[in-house]
Amino acid sequence: MKAVHNGRVSTSPVELDEPDVDEISQLASPWVTIVWNDPVNLMSYVTFVFQKYFGYAKKKAEKLMMEVHQDGRSVVSTGSREAMERDVQALHEYGLWATMQKADQP
Amino acid sequence: MTGFKRHRRSGACVATFTAFEADLLRSLAGQLIELLRNESATAQVQSDPLEELLDFSGPTTAPEDPVLARLFPTAYPDDEEAAGDFRRFTESALRDGKADGAAAIIDALEESGLSTQPEDGTFIDVELDEGAAMMWMRSFTDMRLAIATRLSVEEGDEDYWHSLPDDDPQAQVHDIYDWLGYLQETLVHAAS
Repeated sequence: MKAVHNGRVSTSPVELDEPDVDEISQLASPWVTIVWNDPVNLMSYVTFVFQKYFGYAKKKAEKLMMEVHQDGRSVVSTGSREAMERDVQALHEYGLWATMQKADQP
Repeated sequence: MTGFKRHRRSGACVATFTAFEADLLRSLAGQLIELLRNESATAQVQSDPLEELLDFSGPTTAPEDPVLARLFPTAYPDDEEAAGDFRRFTESALRDGKADGAAAIIDALEESGLSTQPEDGTFIDVELDEGAAMMWMRSFTDMRLAIATRLSVEEGDEDYWHSLPDDDPQAQVHDIYDWLGYLQETLVHAAS
């Protein structure tokens, strides 16, 4: 991703509201949506999309955005296969590079 | 060149474009629509290198054209069959949505006074409500992805682009790419 305003983005650690393991294992076959880094999308825009589409708080959206930027990818949502297909399609509407796979897949 | 600002009273995102900028934006939106709608189009022979680089309405066989491959990524990287099904059920809706977004930009510019042959020295004021702002952001993204794919833009390559001479067609297209990025950045802040 590209930062237009360098240094504006908070890099302080933020707690993620991730579902715990018990919750995940109760789902039939959990899937995840992954957003991958690209050299085009602006950091501000990616954060904005995570807030708008998922309804995530700004801190969580920024943490996920920084994961995409620094690690090259981030799991942005977890759920049923159908729900993840909806998320992937929506993220493609926003121009983000999103894929999906089973949660236990490396 | 000015970007978007938030109008204090109405909360709308507002921007003023020169006639040249508005005309350029209309042209980019038009090319995006052509790319999205005309799947069997073949690359046109262009004599002007600038025109050639700006023309992202080239060959459009889905996964083969790198621009379309980026606009419609493979949802299941490790499952060809599922990926094909996903593409079959989503790609045409995605294409229509992106084309509608670009068409909305053209309509808004023309409703704001952009004529077929805009005169120098005229200005186009646009005012976007929340929904329109989102649509413009998505369309700016599509245009930037298309241009960046054609130019092979990479992470951290700004120095390379700035080192090119001003009259290099690639540098000129990259300037347009940067301008779209500036519009995008200011629009995100105005809408936040």
